[in-house]
Amino acid sequence: MSQFAINMLFVGASFALYIGIAIWARAGSTKEFYIAGGGVHPITNGMATAADWMSAASFISMAGLIAAGGYANSTYLMGWTGGYVLLAMLLAPYLRKFGKFTVPDFIGDRFYSRGARLTAVICLVIISVTYVIGQMAGAGVAFSRFLEVSNSTGIWIAAAVVFAYAVFGGMKGITYTQVAQYVVLIIAYTIPAIFISLQLTGNPIPPLGLFGDHAESGLPLLQKLDEVVRELGFAAYTADVDNKLNMVLFTLSLMIGTAGLPHVIIRFFTVPKVADARWSAGWTLIFIALLYLTAPAVASMARLNLVTTIYPQGAEAPALAYEERPEWVKTWETTGLIKWEDKNSDGRIQMYNDAAPAFTETAQARGWNGNELTVNNDILVLANPEIANLPGWVVGLIAAGAIAAALSTAAGLLLAISSAISHDLIKTLINPKISEKNEMRAARISMAAAILLATYLGLNPPGFAAQVVALAFGIAAATLFPVLMMGIFSKRMNDKGAICGMVAGLVVTLLYIFTYLGWFFIPGTNSLPNTPDQWFMGISPASFGSVGALINFAVAYGVSSVTAAPPQEIQDLVESVRTPKGAGGALNH
Amino acid sequence: MTSDKANAAAYWKANVRLITWSLIIWALVSYGCAMLLRPMLAGISVGGTDLGFWFAQQGSIITFIGLIFHYAWKMNKLDKEFGVEE
Repeated sequence: MSQFAINMLFVGASFALYIGIAIWARAGSTKEFYIAGGGVHPITNGMATAADWMSAASFISMAGLIAAGGYANSTYLMGWTGGYVLLAMLLAPYLRKFGKFTVPDFIGDRFYSRGARLTAVICLVIISVTYVIGQMAGAGVAFSRFLEVSNSTGIWIAAAVVFAYAVFGGMKGITYTQVAQYVVLIIAYTIPAIFISLQLTGNPIPPLGLFGDHAESGLPLLQKLDEVVRELGFAAYTADVDNKLNMVLFTLSLMIGTAGLPHVIIRFFTVPKVADARWSAGWTLIFIALLYLTAPAVASMARLNLVTTIYPQGAEAPALAYEERPEWVKTWETTGLIKWEDKNSDGRIQMYNDAAPAFTETAQARGWNGNELTVNNDILVLANPEIANLPGWVVGLIAAGAIAAALSTAAGLLLAISSAISHDLIKTLINPKISEKNEMRAARISMAAAILLATYLGLNPPGFAAQVVALAFGIAAATLFPVLMMGIFSKRMNDKGAICGMVAGLVVTLLYIFTYLGWFFIPGTNSLPNTPDQWFMGISPASFGSVGALINFAVAYGVSSVTAAPPQEIQDLVESVRTPKGAGGALNH
Repeated sequence: MTSDKANAAAYWKANVRLITWSLIIWALVSYGCAMLLRPMLAGISVGGTDLGFWFAQQGSIITFIGLIFHYAWKMNKLDKEFGVEE
């Protein structure tokens, strides 16, 4: 059977499974459509949340980022997991107790204000739409590489599949497909990692292999890796970073941003009890950690594999001849994600850090004339099975896994968008008398519209796709997280404080990002060059969400302390949100 | 009614105290051991590198899981103690 047929089989079988689940789990009421009926088991929800959260970025890009950055990019690992501690302790249990359908629901009721609800809807839509573009693009890349269709055909197929289970199944259909998608993606991610870890360290458990010994040299793996990359002029893999302030703020932005992402928060509305919301957050992090503890191992092992492939006899000896390059390099060259240019015309592949002045002399002595190989970070995970010479079915699995990661996150985001529009905008703000049946119809239509918008943006990605992800986290951190937390932890916080806080956080964060990345991301319109020496106190635009959050907190406290306290019934609402008793009843509103 | 209120207030205070301690550990492992205190921990070697690197790529995540399960377990006990469980 050809590789193409195997890939088709794996992807086709996984799609048949998702659609089968969708038919079985059709939503019959708004409660089922928005929160899957509220009866999802905490472990099931943990698995679904893990798939909901782990996007194309986690599955495809993260290991590549760590491989390239080493210690410095550990920020992603800590930032994208530490947020669950905040979610489990500061938000999820109380929002579950509140017992409604959406994130703006809580903000609108708690701050007794249509303006606050509308501000929350706007923030939610900006966050979720920017986020969904990356998922559609990720699905397109996976389709075009593995199924030999064009990128745009891939995006249309992805949209059709999401349409089938999200529009009909709502949260109920999405929940159970996400469980299936989690299983597919975690198997796809760990199997190649286990084989690579066995080959390099003899240890079948990748996280243990990472801190184990390199089988060939007998040296600790990380020490060996530090040595080989230093010989090529790169910084050591485990080297410390100078700008710790930026590292701290970037990690904090990712953590607060994660806890403030609406599509993640609403998953905790689907469990039966407050206690289940707490347990479920723990299970979610266990399921996420299976991938997040594997990723750094994949990163260091793949980096070592790459260097030893190019320099089979070490950096001093002649590099690999281009004619003898392995099969996977040829496959990925056709996609343009690996590029080779013979700068010194010796027919061999030199890969080194030509930007390091200290290394120029060594390179010249070796007859090297600049780095000749560029490898896109994103291929690392996708090419892993080929690099490790694994059988064809593992490649098929990776294809299904990458698509599962993109689709599961896209579906969660689309539900967050459609429920904010049908429930908060249409039912609560525009037409409170809408019938249950019509609200369902409105939810399905807004879901279909959101899919079309996401497909359009996936087909015509704005040139700033990478920056907008930083924007999504920055806005979630600077707007939603602080007001949600203050709504629970401060009885005195009032409507004016919350709105001023959200607006201040949003505006300051956007201004800072636009200053360096261009106004509304239009290239060339940035007021200052986006280089570390120009950043305010060395804080990068992607790290600014945490500063925005601090501003939000400060403004909200300042404004609310000089304006009237919230009415008694709101203070009673806060009291009731703080204790678990009676959460089951609160659902039936 | 008053005793109910006092009970709820005491329950909330216990919850906030537990959260505070949990978040101190949360910050200590990630922002502390993995970042700001890494140079101080450089002498402790773990598998070819130092303890700070281990916390950055493994230790923090494992600690986070422990913190959430400890919190969930402890809160279940508090819920029963204060009679506010479902």
